Amino acid sequence: MRSLSRRSKTLIALAVVIAVLPLTFPSSYYLRVAALVWVSAFAAIGLNILMGKAGQVSLGHAGFFGIGAYAVAIGPTHLGLPSVAAIFIGTLLSALLAYLVGRPILRLKGHYLAIATLGLGVLIALVITTESRWTGGPDGMPVAKLTVFGWRASGSDVWYWLTGTMLLAGAWVALNLDDTPTGRAFRALHDSEVAARVAGVDVNRFKLQAFVIAAVYASLAGSALALMNGFVNPDQAGFLHSVELVTMVVLGGLGSVVSSIVGAAVLIMLPQMLTVFQEYENFLLGLIIIVSMIFMREGIVPMAWKLMTRRRA
Amino acid sequence: MSEFVQFLMSGLTVGAVYALVALGFTLVYNASDVVNFAQGEFVMLGGMVTVFASAAGVPLPLAALIAVGVSIVVGLLLYWCAIAPARGASAVTLIIITIGASILLRGAAQIVFDKHFHKLPSFSGDAPINLLGAAVQPQSFWVLGGTAVIVLLLYLFLERTLLGKAVLATAANRLAAQLVGISTATVMALAFGGSAAIGAVAGILVTPITLTSYDVGTLLALKGFAAAMLGGMGNPLGAVAGGLLLGLLESFGAGYISSTYKDAFAFLVILGVLFAAPQGLFGRRAVNRV
Amino acid sequence: MTILSVKDISIAFGGVKAIDGVSFAVAPGQIFSIIGPNGAGKTTLFNVISGIYAASHGRVELDGHDVTAMTPDALAARGLSRTFQNLQIFQRMTAAENVMVGRHLQERCNLFADLLRLPSVTRQNRATREAALSFLDQVGLGDSADVPAGSLSYGACKRLEIARALAAGPRVLLLDEPAAGCNAVETAEIDRLIVRVAAQGIGVVLVEHDMKLVMKISNRILVLERGRTLIEGTPREVRNNPAVLEAYLGKHGAQEAARA
Repeated sequence: MRSLSRRSKTLIALAVVIAVLPLTFPSSYYLRVAALVWVSAFAAIGLNILMGKAGQVSLGHAGFFGIGAYAVAIGPTHLGLPSVAAIFIGTLLSALLAYLVGRPILRLKGHYLAIATLGLGVLIALVITTESRWTGGPDGMPVAKLTVFGWRASGSDVWYWLTGTMLLAGAWVALNLDDTPTGRAFRALHDSEVAARVAGVDVNRFKLQAFVIAAVYASLAGSALALMNGFVNPDQAGFLHSVELVTMVVLGGLGSVVSSIVGAAVLIMLPQMLTVFQEYENFLLGLIIIVSMIFMREGIVPMAWKLMTRRRA
Repeated sequence: MSEFVQFLMSGLTVGAVYALVALGFTLVYNASDVVNFAQGEFVMLGGMVTVFASAAGVPLPLAALIAVGVSIVVGLLLYWCAIAPARGASAVTLIIITIGASILLRGAAQIVFDKHFHKLPSFSGDAPINLLGAAVQPQSFWVLGGTAVIVLLLYLFLERTLLGKAVLATAANRLAAQLVGISTATVMALAFGGSAAIGAVAGILVTPITLTSYDVGTLLALKGFAAAMLGGMGNPLGAVAGGLLLGLLESFGAGYISSTYKDAFAFLVILGVLFAAPQGLFGRRAVNRV
Repeated sequence: MTILSVKDISIAFGGVKAIDGVSFAVAPGQIFSIIGPNGAGKTTLFNVISGIYAASHGRVELDGHDVTAMTPDALAARGLSRTFQNLQIFQRMTAAENVMVGRHLQERCNLFADLLRLPSVTRQNRATREAALSFLDQVGLGDSADVPAGSLSYGACKRLEIARALAAGPRVLLLDEPAAGCNAVETAEIDRLIVRVAAQGIGVVLVEHDMKLVMKISNRILVLERGRTLIEGTPREVRNNPAVLEAYLGKHGAQEAARA
């Protein structure tokens, strides 16, 4: 029997973790936190394709998250659309915006690209905060529950399984990419843009593809979170959230699906574990970012892997 | 006409603050190639420390001095603890580190101070001065005057003193500067400490007008960065010009186009400059060797 | 018959003319070498031809078509490949994957098919990998197919770049110092490889410092000095030319060489 590919092994392991985890939870609160982790991990996986694989950076990614979130809020409430249609429209809008703005933005590199994406994200959040007639302004607005064919999606257990499945699907797609011409093009342009060009890779087209893919992931995650919480607010599109998403990707270790999930888990669970220290959230986030970027530049997962393999030798 | 002058003055005033933030950015960027996101937090510290020190009974001028001192210390710590250990990291990593630092400082301010808005008394009273029909706060002149003094002092320092020349040399070519005996550590300390001091002074000058709170830093950093980009990243004169221009753009835009989207102008400027002319108004187009 | 024709190319950087009116022609299967002292502009010339820099003046023609303003990826589609003086391999990909990227233009690349990893993609991967392995064999790296490129030796990386460039099926191959940093054994292997490549009908343009290699395998040589053509001719013509000796060794050195 042919041994399972690394891809399949990762997916099976993930599926097992998602299936078995609830058995260890003492209360439904943990289901909620886990669902939160799954949603954030989904967004992080998308951002990882852009940052870890294609080697670009986006400090404004929460903007797309916000578009997805507000689409499922505004659609049903102001336009009478069913939630599923709103999810679709939000995703389409994010993809379109990413495509249009991505073309000029991705011509930039290094800190210019970082700041440009940052500006984009802040502009999106600004529009959301200002157009209060549609968005409820700085205080946010409620979101109608997701109803599909008469069945209402509510309850921490339902959302745990929905977001878990979503994560599995997102991981599957991301893992698929690696051993394909597109995935190789991403990794090539990351390692040497000039060599990729010379080999015939249309670098601009692929950077744009990565950007749009990441935007779609973020938008879907935003929609899921909004429907789960029953509420949206502009902070979800804000600069701080963008920074959190980047931190998840970098903390876990740029470049792999598992790393993104680990990064999301750490960043979501840490403040949950320290709910006593609500006031210290900003301080801690800042500290985590600084420490991880200085000492664990490659990320938790690659470092842990190195430690484990070194001990065996 | 009076409306025009009103917008002009408020634009120049807030533009002066952006100019100082941009100047701080430029100083650090020139010395170390780092885009320091925590620059806005120095402005916050300047205002907040002064407020709390004077509330604790310290006379106002002394409180201001303490605030500048605290800011300088924070700037030096930022370099030694967050930037220097990350030597060799990519430009993006360094930006993320400084973003982390700004979040950390904001979190610290939240804990040490509080989350409310605070005001400082105007330096020379609140009686508005009549300028061509517009009512201008006297503090505006303090802001503009203070900015002019700082710019002049910085210019004299960089162009007329040996230490200033050392900073410029390090900015031009770090290795060469080291080889002729210039201590990079000293230059970095000067750059970070200096930009922190400039930021703090800006905060003290402008708090009587705009108030201050623990989270004013982020938006200021972003706008200061927009100003630095507009003027040409790395060009001190450009930073000042960019800051004033941005302030005017914001003020006139808010006055004549849309006041709800006042903050958007800075970001539209960032994107516009990056797309159309990344070298800014006064920068030189860089030629890269492959 | 000319496969690559460079006509009166000039480029300046901030007032310094790096290349000034250089022209030459390469026939299929020919090995054309460009030599010259450091700073003569050899790599700059390559960068202009391969679309990385834009010439300020002049024309580049590939098989009769004007390709002067084309981007590197467009040139690759037209049959021009190159290697780099300062290695530009994809460090974190395996050797096989590096060469598979070289096959990019021969692959069908559809985003949705790739996201879903349809069976057609898996089939194509197999074909691409087989092709990549054969190119690796050609350059003697068949055993290192699944090794991360970053951990290969310097000489191996140089050969990997050549394999990647060949994988694109070029009609013209630009090799920028392929033997630099290689020992005598590796240089001899590169020498044999270049001859094999030219024998396939590919026009090879070579920039090299290793004079023995250049004199041994080149059909024609162009000597570049300070951005200008000093002389172009057969290896024998170039070897004994006093102006060439002077360019490399200086007036004093040339006199010494003449006396030797």
